Amino acid sequence: MKKLTQENAPVLEALEKLKQMRIVPFDVPGHKRGRGNKVLTEFLGERCLSVDVNSMKPLDNLCHPVSIIKDAEQLAAEAFGAAHAFFMVGGTTSSVQAMILTACKRGDKIILPRNVHRSAINAMILCGAVPVYINPQMDKTLGISLGMSIKDVKKAIADNPDAKAVFVNNPTYYGICSNLNEIIKMAHANNMLVLADEAHGTHFYFNDKLPAAAMRSGADMAAVSLHKSGGSLTQSSMLFINDKISEGYVRQIINLTQTTSGSYLLMSSLDISRRNLALRGNKIIDTVIDLVEYARSEINNIGDYYAYSREKINGDSIYDFDITKLSIYTRSIGLAGIEVYDILRDEYDIQTEFGDLANLLAYVSIGDRPRDMERLVSALSEIRRIYKKDSTGMLEVEYINPKVVLPPQDAFYTNKEESIPLDKACGRVCTEFVMCYPPGIPILAPGELVTSQILEYIHYAKAKGCQMTGPEDMELNNLNVVTEK
Amino acid sequence: MELWFTEKHTPYVQFSIKIEKQLYAAKSEFQRIDILESREFGRILTLDGYLMLTEKDEFIYHEMITHVPMAVMPHARKVLIIGGGDGGTAREILRYKTVESIDLVDIDKMVADACRKYIPQTAASLDDPRVKCHFEDGLKYIRHHENEYDLIIVDSTDPFGPGEGLFTKEFYGNCYKALKDDGIMVNQHESPFYPADSYAMQRAHKRIFESFPISRIYQAHIPTYPSGHWLFGFASKKYHPILDANWQKWKSLDIKTRYYNPKLHAGAFALPTYVEDIIREVE
Ligand SMILES: Cc1ncc(COP(=O)(O)O)c(C=O)c1O
Repeated sequence: MKKLTQENAPVLEALEKLKQMRIVPFDVPGHKRGRGNKVLTEFLGERCLSVDVNSMKPLDNLCHPVSIIKDAEQLAAEAFGAAHAFFMVGGTTSSVQAMILTACKRGDKIILPRNVHRSAINAMILCGAVPVYINPQMDKTLGISLGMSIKDVKKAIADNPDAKAVFVNNPTYYGICSNLNEIIKMAHANNMLVLADEAHGTHFYFNDKLPAAAMRSGADMAAVSLHKSGGSLTQSSMLFINDKISEGYVRQIINLTQTTSGSYLLMSSLDISRRNLALRGNKIIDTVIDLVEYARSEINNIGDYYAYSREKINGDSIYDFDITKLSIYTRSIGLAGIEVYDILRDEYDIQTEFGDLANLLAYVSIGDRPRDMERLVSALSEIRRIYKKDSTGMLEVEYINPKVVLPPQDAFYTNKEESIPLDKACGRVCTEFVMCYPPGIPILAPGELVTSQILEYIHYAKAKGCQMTGPEDMELNNLNVVTEK
Repeated sequence: MELWFTEKHTPYVQFSIKIEKQLYAAKSEFQRIDILESREFGRILTLDGYLMLTEKDEFIYHEMITHVPMAVMPHARKVLIIGGGDGGTAREILRYKTVESIDLVDIDKMVADACRKYIPQTAASLDDPRVKCHFEDGLKYIRHHENEYDLIIVDSTDPFGPGEGLFTKEFYGNCYKALKDDGIMVNQHESPFYPADSYAMQRAHKRIFESFPISRIYQAHIPTYPSGHWLFGFASKKYHPILDANWQKWKSLDIKTRYYNPKLHAGAFALPTYVEDIIREVE
């Protein structure tokens, strides 16, 4: 057999071959290449529906890959510098969860920064792991949490020599990286695995103007959202492991929760995106960098706004910065990021990724055009001209150090639980999540103590228009807490 | 041999002109550019297959987009044209001797160069010493100017393709900022007739209406544009398009026009009821 190269796309090629074979489908899906669902076919297109097919011999099986999916995963592993790759169809949530479920059993400790995505804490609810949180440093002006400081990681490792793994955001949603190489060195010296959440780091693997990519730096596992900066379909993702992790065990873990009907639309999009990145990623990402650097300088020229970049690097909690991220500090015009986010969408038909209390994040990638960037910059300039106001009295965001009273699983599954009005919850132990979405980083996680500072933050964020998600009571008037004896 | 240029005015309506020969075809960074020779309409400029102007009827569009604001503001000295790389709008403005300078900002230099070569009827104006051409994104250009122009004319292509940014609220807002305290902005405002054009027209009006204290619409009849019924927007910080028109002054300039005249100017703001309805909906 001819050796496969990065020019190949085994899943794509197999699906194309399948189309030519004109197989009569007496299997699922029941729409039968779209014929059984005319409206859907008209909406999504016949070409799309004709490859929405089920596992079969020529197409391999995601739960047990032996042929084309295996080949495609192998090519992905090579492209990203890993020993093995898994195509994931449950979002990067499923990749993050597979990492933690692989590394930790019930009662095992895991060291992680508190500004992790909810998927990491969810995994601890599932497997009963116990978090050892590291306080991510905070940038006082920008009001964002940063990376982990090396001395904090060192201390957490020394205090918890029995921890099984260190979990790292590479980078954070805002593009901030910790000193990954040093963390890997320390963790490995103490027999701990390094798990990287690279939901926002796909592009790191394909351009050397960007921060270090986890698998290339020696991390053990990495969850990579190809659907974010990589261009694949929403909900597709990849999980990578190095040669010290058992591929078979990871697959067993994945199959605990993964569908047995993996979507070929998602898988082909991963395969095609991997090929595109491997062949042209460097050039594509150069274009993105140029566009973002241009936007940053134009936005900083408007006045008041601050689109930050590598000048924030401080050698520790901001060890590196992803220059493709366009994060803009907006409090200086008297508006919360979420307010600018809302004005951009409601008044200017521009949808950005998210706004928090002080910053706006515009997601820039492969698909953006210079003329759209002109619109964003011009709209920001207009918003400043029309809406600028005094910024005194805006809440200074501070890091809220969580007080973990119970492990997430114990708190979530407790049978001593009651629902009480949110404002009465001060001093009680919460049994559910509260977060602003996006970015989906919990303000409260199960097992944490509710404080007055947390309640003040929740009220302020709600008033500014942030969407609060997580709790059983979707309005968040009530909160579930552990009953008091 | 039968050679025809056909443009789909809607998915179900097409408009065709018999072509004698193709004079020019090229693809720029932004769009496909063609210049065709026809018996009925003379030379024709098309961008991405959409007809932009013909030698035969361009006077209607170019007179109406310029003389209406100039009759209200015959004292205008500094004029900005956004789009208009064919030169027709600049040609009409150049007829006012008191205009000191015209900045023309078009994203595509290849359009201007092709017109210079094949349609000098409009593009000869581009080489006038009072005209300064800037080939860049209009949205970007306008962002960097404040309190500078008496009159801004938005001579754009349609609101899809490279002209899209010139139909946005951020663009109109930046135009407001770039105008002096009594400035006027006039824009190509699409057609009210076919649903897709009409929707674009309504959205554009909504955004201009939100950005300027005075915002009115006027019309003209242009044989080669979809439905033949075309609109222009008149937005202004101070002057009313009819009550503040200075007819005497305008007549004294003795500018010979073929379509425009003061009576038509006033009448052009009287719109069909269905068009009024579309506009009122967003005011
Ligand atoms: C840091 C981080 N990790 C993981 C995820 C989960 O990714 P997905 O939405 O693909 O499940 C996200 C998504 O926003 C994220 O921001």
